Amino acid sequence: MAPSFDHLRDADVDEDDYDENEIDLSDLREKYEVQLEQGFDTFVVIDGLPEVTEEQKPKLVKFLLKKLKSIGNTKEESIFMPMGDDGKSLRFAFVEYSTSAEAAAAVRQLDMVPLDKKHTLRVNKMTDIERFGREGRVEEEYQPPVIEEFKEKEHMRSWLADPSGRGRDQFAMYRGETVGVFWNNEKDTPENVVDRQHWTESFIQWSPLGTFLTSVHQQGVQLWGGPSWTRQRRFAHPFVNMLDFSPSEKYVVTWSNRPISIPDEGHPQLAADDDGKNYVIWEVETGKPLRSFANLDLPTTGPDGAPLKAPQAPLACLQVLPRMTLLDKTTIKIEGVMDFEWAPATVQRDGNKQYEQLFCYWTPELGSNPAKVGLMSIPSKQVVRSLNLFSVSDAKLHWQSDGTYLAVKVDRHSKSKKSQATTLEIFRVREKGIPVEVVDTIKDTVINFAWEPKGDRFVIITTTEPVGQTAVPPKTSVAFFCPEKVKGNVVGNFKHLRTLDKKNSNSIYWSPRGRFVVVATIANQQGSDLEFYDLDFEGEKPESDKDLTANLQLMNVSDHYGVTDVQWDPSGRFVTSWASAWKHAMENGYHTYDFKGEQLREEPLEKFKQWAWRPRPATLLTKEEQKQIRKNLREYSKTFEQEDAERVAGADQAVVEERRRMLDEWYAWRQSVEEELEWEREELGLSKPTDAAAAKGEDAEGEVIEEIVEEVLEETEEIVQ
Amino acid sequence: MRPILLSGHERALTQIKFNRDGDLLFSVAKDQHICVWFSHNGERLGTYKGHQGAIWTVDVNPDSTMIASGSADNTIRLWERVEFNEEGTQLLGVTEKRMGHLGSIVVLNINPDIDGEQSDEKELTIVCDESKATVAGWSYMNKYIIAGHEDGSVSQYDAKTGEQLENLPIHDLNMQLTDLQWSNDRTYFITASKDKTAKLVAARDLEVLKTYPSDTPLNSATMTPKKDYVILGGGQAAMDVTTTAARQGSFHHKIFEDEIGRVRGHFGPLNTVAADPTGKSYASGGEDGYVRVHHFDKGYFDFSYEVERERQRAMQQQ
Repeated sequence: MAPSFDHLRDADVDEDDYDENEIDLSDLREKYEVQLEQGFDTFVVIDGLPEVTEEQKPKLVKFLLKKLKSIGNTKEESIFMPMGDDGKSLRFAFVEYSTSAEAAAAVRQLDMVPLDKKHTLRVNKMTDIERFGREGRVEEEYQPPVIEEFKEKEHMRSWLADPSGRGRDQFAMYRGETVGVFWNNEKDTPENVVDRQHWTESFIQWSPLGTFLTSVHQQGVQLWGGPSWTRQRRFAHPFVNMLDFSPSEKYVVTWSNRPISIPDEGHPQLAADDDGKNYVIWEVETGKPLRSFANLDLPTTGPDGAPLKAPQAPLACLQVLPRMTLLDKTTIKIEGVMDFEWAPATVQRDGNKQYEQLFCYWTPELGSNPAKVGLMSIPSKQVVRSLNLFSVSDAKLHWQSDGTYLAVKVDRHSKSKKSQATTLEIFRVREKGIPVEVVDTIKDTVINFAWEPKGDRFVIITTTEPVGQTAVPPKTSVAFFCPEKVKGNVVGNFKHLRTLDKKNSNSIYWSPRGRFVVVATIANQQGSDLEFYDLDFEGEKPESDKDLTANLQLMNVSDHYGVTDVQWDPSGRFVTSWASAWKHAMENGYHTYDFKGEQLREEPLEKFKQWAWRPRPATLLTKEEQKQIRKNLREYSKTFEQEDAERVAGADQAVVEERRRMLDEWYAWRQSVEEELEWEREELGLSKPTDAAAAKGEDAEGEVIEEIVEEVLEETEEIVQ
Repeated sequence: MRPILLSGHERALTQIKFNRDGDLLFSVAKDQHICVWFSHNGERLGTYKGHQGAIWTVDVNPDSTMIASGSADNTIRLWERVEFNEEGTQLLGVTEKRMGHLGSIVVLNINPDIDGEQSDEKELTIVCDESKATVAGWSYMNKYIIAGHEDGSVSQYDAKTGEQLENLPIHDLNMQLTDLQWSNDRTYFITASKDKTAKLVAARDLEVLKTYPSDTPLNSATMTPKKDYVILGGGQAAMDVTTTAARQGSFHHKIFEDEIGRVRGHFGPLNTVAADPTGKSYASGGEDGYVRVHHFDKGYFDFSYEVERERQRAMQQQ
């Protein structure tokens, strides 16, 4: 029977009668002893305060306290602001927090926080200052920092002046374990500029203006450039997977799927705060990290490199470079934002005088609210245009390269959600009020969309069924759209130009200069054709297209077995297609074509991986100068053609010389071998086999083979009566 | 000219050989028959039956009185390759390492008398213990035996003693040699390899004279007499590809190494090519079971490089 209170006897209670004082509690006391804060762990030093007089001081303290209290517990008496002999403050203060954890949090969160427009707080731990300043680490006498002597940097854009004076473009090739940079020589073997083994570990990438070649390693990324191809910068982001430059090449963002882990002994470039982050934003000029982020969506930078976004559904926050603070210190809340895109260029909107950058976003249907596409102006954060849409299953945002148009490809489902259809909502950003035009003549699902760069035409690829798990992908159709011809200086409505059915094409590559487009079937088992179209064909225009601003002409069709990628060169003169060993191992190599689709070169290369044309910065010529050049194009081309002809003649001469040499070498070798053979035969006392054969040939009469061929030419049957 | 299609085999071709006069064509395939054809019109002279397994190789003696064939029928021996010497007095064979036999090159004496008795005693045995030999042949005056190996190397043996004189890595490592064919005077030979190249090699010192790159693994290579061309044949094996591109063989200029044409017509890879010793035609045998005999037309004989013509004119003037 279990003991219970009712049955409790006195004896049970009195049984263990002991003296409380005799119990040894020292071990428990030690264990639960409340540690009183000792030393200066709870103190922080705040620098960067404004200079104040004794009267202004309480005001500043109060203001400061508000900020300090947002982190942890402190009070007015805990702030000590020393005053100088002249009655003004020394622009720093000591603050005591109630715990060391709070002090540490203050260092993390308040450091580099702007107090007002002119002042930025610098917060450090008191103990850190002790540590850094201890043991003669600070010298008694002030030593001015040594300014390194000015060293002239290499000319980073020297490649633009092609030494041969032909304005050739460069490209980088990654094949096998080797990366090389070459001059494009059209039909001839590319001229090597630099070739290095194991230059990169995973892939290569040019910076957007072509200044740097980026190599990607396990330890981070490295930028190379200049005529000597030396290392210019390194960004030590361990296990980096991807990187992106801001369009101005001022900043780089690197991303790794593994969160950064900073080893205990520290990291050469990253700080302890970066631990656990996936993104790091670096400044190219200094090579220093600016800020790191945990895994969000890939941040992208605005066209002038200024604002930087890091979308974090359901809200987006904007960071302003270079100080990497949130724009207006707040995030922009957009409920349920799915995707957004910066306008690729600064757009001059009708009736808007202020500097602005645009970005668009879309949100899906939430409850009874419709789906929305919005266009926001930065830095004012005004939504300048929004559009409500219904029955949206997905939307894709496509900016035209100048930011003149924004096409929103909306995949809509019917009420039963059984069938899909696509409409295109085209925002005319430059026009007053931003009118939206709807193209809803498309019956199928659009799988690819591409604007003409610097133009106003576009190509779409549609397919009959939604792409799903089928053995053979369904046939696709390629459709071209262009604006109608209208009077005046405006762009007419977008009209369907032509549709080409029963294709396998899945990719669209516009020339960077517009007008020409390559529609290709890549990474596909069914085909591998590249079709080159001209949208301003100079020949006769079909009657049906007379109101349209395009004249479509298929210039050439080419086949590149196993093609996986296609890229235009930055000048729009050449197209390269390649079969990369990353995707399959069959017939890796590249083909180059001119813009008309005529094949110039074909080179199969073992383990060919990547081709990258070196981008060019924007031209420095003014509009007038460009116009002048266009006017005198005939004269220029005459001299160029002559130069080309001379070069070809010279090259032919060289080839002939080389062949002559090879031929002579061969016959010289043959002669030496024959002489040796002769000598050896004589040595052995053998006669020449040819003599023997000849002797035999004289005896043996040639056999005559007679062949009787019977061929029935015609057979007629006549009945003779 | 239209090629003559010889459809006498039911399975993939393994080797074709012209006799020295160029009027007969011997073809062997995996279907156990040896076919003999008149090369000028493609008429079948006859077939040899008797092998029980796939036949890998055939050679005909200089007088066209005897042929030797090597087959995978386990009743006799595993011959990978046979070749008569220049005079037809000796026969060379490559055996595969299988069923207790070491991979080796053997030399047998041949009794030139057709009705005479042949001895089966081996004159010489060269054991290739490092890497199996896949192809082998006699050099000029039976001086050397040249063998190509599975590891991409080529060896030179003394034909009398069997001593290895040289072993050079001519082709990429572990890219096996698939063919070795001789020039008319047997002073140099052409090798074909899975490393997608064919090479012209001198017999006396194994110096690589020329390299012919291809875009496909090669199965065979031959040299055309009269004109300085080489013909390469190959292609991805059917099990390695999902779709075959139309490139199986190619013509190259022997001296300039340039590609000058393509061999077309076969479905699937080319297994063997052979050139007529008289220089009038060539034959190709494919995985598709057909032999195609191509007679060269006038354009072929007329075509020559400017520098070649230049040289010819200079020779005539002398």
